[in-house]
Amino acid sequence: MSAAAASPAVSAPAGGAAGCGDLPVLRERGQREVFCGLTGIVWLHRKIQDAFFLVVGSRTCAHLLQSAAGVMIFAEPRFATAIIDERDLAGMADANEELDRVVTRLIERRPDIRMLFLVGSCPSEVIKLDLSRAAQRLSKRFSPSVRVLNYSGSGIETTFTQGEDACLAALVPEMPAEPGRARSLLVVGALAEVVEDQFLRLFAALGVGPVRFLPSRRAAELPPVGEGTRYLLAQPFLGETARLLEGRGATRLAAPFPLGAEGTTAWLRAAADAWGVDAAKFDAVTAPGIARAKAALAPRREALDGRSVFFFPDSQLEVPLARFLSRECGMRLTEVGTPYLHRQHLAEELAMLPAGVTLSEGQHVDRQLDRCRAAKPDVTVCGLGLANPLEAEGMTTKWAIELVFTPIQGYEQAGDLAELFARPLARRARLMV
Amino acid sequence: MELAVWTYEGPPHVGAMRIATAMKGVHYVLHAPQGDTYADLLFTMIERRAARPPVTYTTFQARDLGGDTAELFMEAARDAYARFAPQAMLVGASCTAELIQDDPGGLARTLGLPVPVVPLELPSYQKKENWGAAETFYRLVRAFAQPRAARAEGTAPRANILGPTALGFRHRDDIIEVKRLLALLGVEVNVVAPEGATPADLARLTEADFNVVLYPETAGVAAAFLQRQFGMPMTRIVPIGVGTTRDFLREVATLAGVDAGRVEEACRLPWYSRSVDSTYLTGKRVFIFGDATHAIAAARVAAEELGFAVVGLGTYSREFAREVREAAKAHGIEALITDDYLKVEEAIATLRPELVLGTQMERHIAKRLGIPCAVISAPVHVQDFPARHSPQMGFEGANVLFDTWVHPLMMGLEEHLLGMFREDFEFSDGAAPSHLGHGPKAEAPPEPVASGPATWAAEAESELKKIPFFVRGKARRNTEKFAAERGLATITLETLYDAKAHFSR
Ligand code: SF4
Ligand code: SF4
Repeated sequence: MSAAAASPAVSAPAGGAAGCGDLPVLRERGQREVFCGLTGIVWLHRKIQDAFFLVVGSRTCAHLLQSAAGVMIFAEPRFATAIIDERDLAGMADANEELDRVVTRLIERRPDIRMLFLVGSCPSEVIKLDLSRAAQRLSKRFSPSVRVLNYSGSGIETTFTQGEDACLAALVPEMPAEPGRARSLLVVGALAEVVEDQFLRLFAALGVGPVRFLPSRRAAELPPVGEGTRYLLAQPFLGETARLLEGRGATRLAAPFPLGAEGTTAWLRAAADAWGVDAAKFDAVTAPGIARAKAALAPRREALDGRSVFFFPDSQLEVPLARFLSRECGMRLTEVGTPYLHRQHLAEELAMLPAGVTLSEGQHVDRQLDRCRAAKPDVTVCGLGLANPLEAEGMTTKWAIELVFTPIQGYEQAGDLAELFARPLARRARLMV
Repeated sequence: MELAVWTYEGPPHVGAMRIATAMKGVHYVLHAPQGDTYADLLFTMIERRAARPPVTYTTFQARDLGGDTAELFMEAARDAYARFAPQAMLVGASCTAELIQDDPGGLARTLGLPVPVVPLELPSYQKKENWGAAETFYRLVRAFAQPRAARAEGTAPRANILGPTALGFRHRDDIIEVKRLLALLGVEVNVVAPEGATPADLARLTEADFNVVLYPETAGVAAAFLQRQFGMPMTRIVPIGVGTTRDFLREVATLAGVDAGRVEEACRLPWYSRSVDSTYLTGKRVFIFGDATHAIAAARVAAEELGFAVVGLGTYSREFAREVREAAKAHGIEALITDDYLKVEEAIATLRPELVLGTQMERHIAKRLGIPCAVISAPVHVQDFPARHSPQMGFEGANVLFDTWVHPLMMGLEEHLLGMFREDFEFSDGAAPSHLGHGPKAEAPPEPVASGPATWAAEAESELKKIPFFVRGKARRNTEKFAAERGLATITLETLYDAKAHFSR
């Protein structure tokens, strides 16, 4: 299929115009202005403290990582790139030997590492370098001190946050089996530590537990999984991880995502319902958080109410964010773009979107820019490659990557989340030159 | 395979983007996987350009690989022409597209676009960013430069300024300074390229008498072509530093056939450096790393204009290894030619300089080791694309160098007091210079343990602590070396002072 053949196709699912969950989706193909999944390393390497991420790729991949890591540069980051050179392309056997040599040098240098991820890239995928075989081979060699796993963060297969999905999916087979059918709650998706702790306190108050997190802070201490595992997705981009968890007997608790007071309450309720928590108790536990979130939201709502917002695709967080902005902040949705729409995981979210919103999946960036300029939104949510050029055209933008790097989930962060969108507007109003 | 923690240069197609983005009327169609558009943010964020780079990416995905990626490329090229209507188009491949071998050049030819299309062959698995920039600029110049017409008698001498690109370290302000220098000599500027030039401007390059090459890394190849093909001479001296700027003026005067004698210098560096406040700078041990042009220039300024001792000099520009080796020889040291960040770190840790002049990467190293540092070369981050005028070249550039390099150092009186009174609780050892509120607080990480068996006697150890922290690392290393050479098992007070006397010779 060619890019030119990508005349905007509006597809309505069979069954027609039922609820909002059946919103038509504009599917486009063309240039996609998005990150590849390698970018996930930038936050995952901080989250999983005993893991190291070794990208097997080209100089481009190394350059991407350091550009995306930006000022988040640490004297000793836990990621690096094994840069493929011509000699590796000439002979595949040598490439494997070379990889073993690089990994050995790395592990000698970082004896504190317990888990090593070999991360596939476009070049390694295209030359079909078998990283899963390499991971097995190296795991054997460095066992038991280092476990070696692999996943792909290549741009041809993954978009931005899908890198986290691929990484977590690689961890699922490593999770120990939970013996018996003991019930436990697994929260899936990397969260800021402060947010994890808030959720832990809420679940404890509700009597829901034991609660575990994937990823865990240490790769060597993965949570167990089994028939009794109920899992809640904390992030909307975890399709493959969810599939593998179900393969190990876990059951998903369907819920919207914990953004804003409403999202957080519904998310907690899904777990509370599974644990049979009675309504009075649920209300008592959640009421203070809801009240605080509403109080924090009020001033921001004033700034955002009635303003319009346009989302370029980036992280798959766009749909839950749009739901939050429209329902809790009173914003008007123009277009909500997402790189990929997981209808099942987003069912609850889609049902809450207002009628008339344009959902788009995939991208033809120039056409989308045309639509954005025509829509003249008050706030445009987009990547760093578009933000300054749009600002220079007089538009107000919120760069989207920050939404992945900032704690935004849960009651205590609801105000901060709204603030991220209100601030660019406030700034524009302030500046007199 | 090569293990890279940080890379000094991006892939060659980023160099090509730097040329396309610098120019006007040029569009670049890049065959690349989804995700490679990250490179846009180098220009929109780090350099803060207000427009998207003129680059269309095909952004193919895995599902396209089974199908016709060549068709995808042709569509992208056709669309880009229709939408952006450039005067000329660059077409090429990123590292991944290079592997699938779609031949962008050949494909673009079959489209029969009504503008010149310049195909780029950039071997991503051998070459890097600066090479890519130089090659792209050369290809463009080759495609557009016209045969020379004879210059009319009695007109002022004219020069092109070649080399400034997008994402170049201080290129914006260097252009202004070099134009000023040329004006001092009465030399007119014909074309500045690639920054700000159109393909039509490239066609006019040969109307100049000679070329001023500001950055050999990006313009050296094109200038050499213009010399070969059209007999246009080029400058060899890059005017960074006072002495070099004077040399440059003489070189330009010769090429232009004018008198260099009447030039008025507006430069404060020589006086600032002679003023007694600068005496304490004498012999400060400095380590220099960067691209070849900036590293070589910095070494001369450091030694001849600030009175530092250059203890290390290196570059990641392998294309200019010979020049850097020669420059290092002048300082009696061996050049470090590497693009391995870990090797640079090792060299700095071993040499323990008092000041590091380097790139963004050396800033990390220096921060970790608690050594003052200033940035002299790309790669750099957003803070080194400043709002204020901050050239490196010419006389104003020399003023900027003086301020920038001296700033991270402890001021003289503070340094003396620290040497005399070691127990002040606020004004403490190892604290950042007090005019820098932040800076490294912690004690430098433990120095590499000497392999020799000598251990420090408690008395000697505490004496060592009385040596100002910025030379302490070197004192420790020298003493341990001294002990090892003499097979001493314990380092006593005497050993410490014996070593001091030994090395001060
Ligand atoms: S994985 Fe692919 S898209 Fe990502 S940086 Fe490497 S080559 Fe580019
Ligand atoms: S936002 Fe971009 S340009 Fe700004 S500091 Fe971060 S990485 Fe650098």
